[in-house]
Amino acid sequence: MVRQAPEDAPSSTGGSLRTEPGGPPKRVLVGAHYGARDWLMQRLTATVMAAYTLLLVIAVATLPQVDLMHWRALWSQPWMRYVSFLFLMCVFYHAWIGVRTILMDYVHHTGLRLFLYGVVVLALVAYAAWSIQILWSV
Amino acid sequence: MVKPRPVYLNLLQIRQPVPAIVSILHRISGALLFLFIPLLLYLLQATLVSPDVAAAYYGVLAHPIVKIVLLVLLWAYLHHICAGVRHLIFDLHIGTALAPARASSMAVLVISVVLTIIVAVRLW
Repeated sequence: MVRQAPEDAPSSTGGSLRTEPGGPPKRVLVGAHYGARDWLMQRLTATVMAAYTLLLVIAVATLPQVDLMHWRALWSQPWMRYVSFLFLMCVFYHAWIGVRTILMDYVHHTGLRLFLYGVVVLALVAYAAWSIQILWSV
Repeated sequence: MVKPRPVYLNLLQIRQPVPAIVSILHRISGALLFLFIPLLLYLLQATLVSPDVAAAYYGVLAHPIVKIVLLVLLWAYLHHICAGVRHLIFDLHIGTALAPARASSMAVLVISVVLTIIVAVRLW
């Protein structure tokens, strides 16, 4: 986004905004800041996923016996449902940011890139619905 | 006179430093994990819906190709986590100098492979 610097910029920035005293104001480049939001969310979701992974390892390691019956019993508990749901939502959000970045780097044809964004988003939303179905059918 | 500049770099001919290898593997493992989400969700569902389906799933699991795919995905998950934790530590401004960054990238490679072997042995 390109924003025109105000004519009467405050003195703290006024000097640097002009190429020379009295000259035309420089344009100030500011971002939409979605990069910072993505950066933060990528780390937030990553932290949740890492914590869940440790939790799952501990939960499986402390099963009385590792077999299908005990595995199912673990997944049928409400806390496991909600925590796993949170984990999977983080996976899908995290995947969206990552795949979007990869597509931006390698797919230079705008139409194709937008089409792939759409495919990825639809797939992730479908996975989210599927996840709910799996978690709440145990 | 205009000097000729390199316009094409053959990435396969450049000897990549270890952090560069960890970086590209972070991306490749992430892409792999994304592509195989449907398979992983399907396998989770298969183990949870009913005992008969779960029994059939054991047959699918025993297939060597499925085993190799799952092993690669297991490595991808562990590598992605280790490389991610390294990034989170960088975000705290720890280990960002060249020498510790090289050492930690090597650690990511080694730890993720060792963890993969440990989990694989425990599971099979």
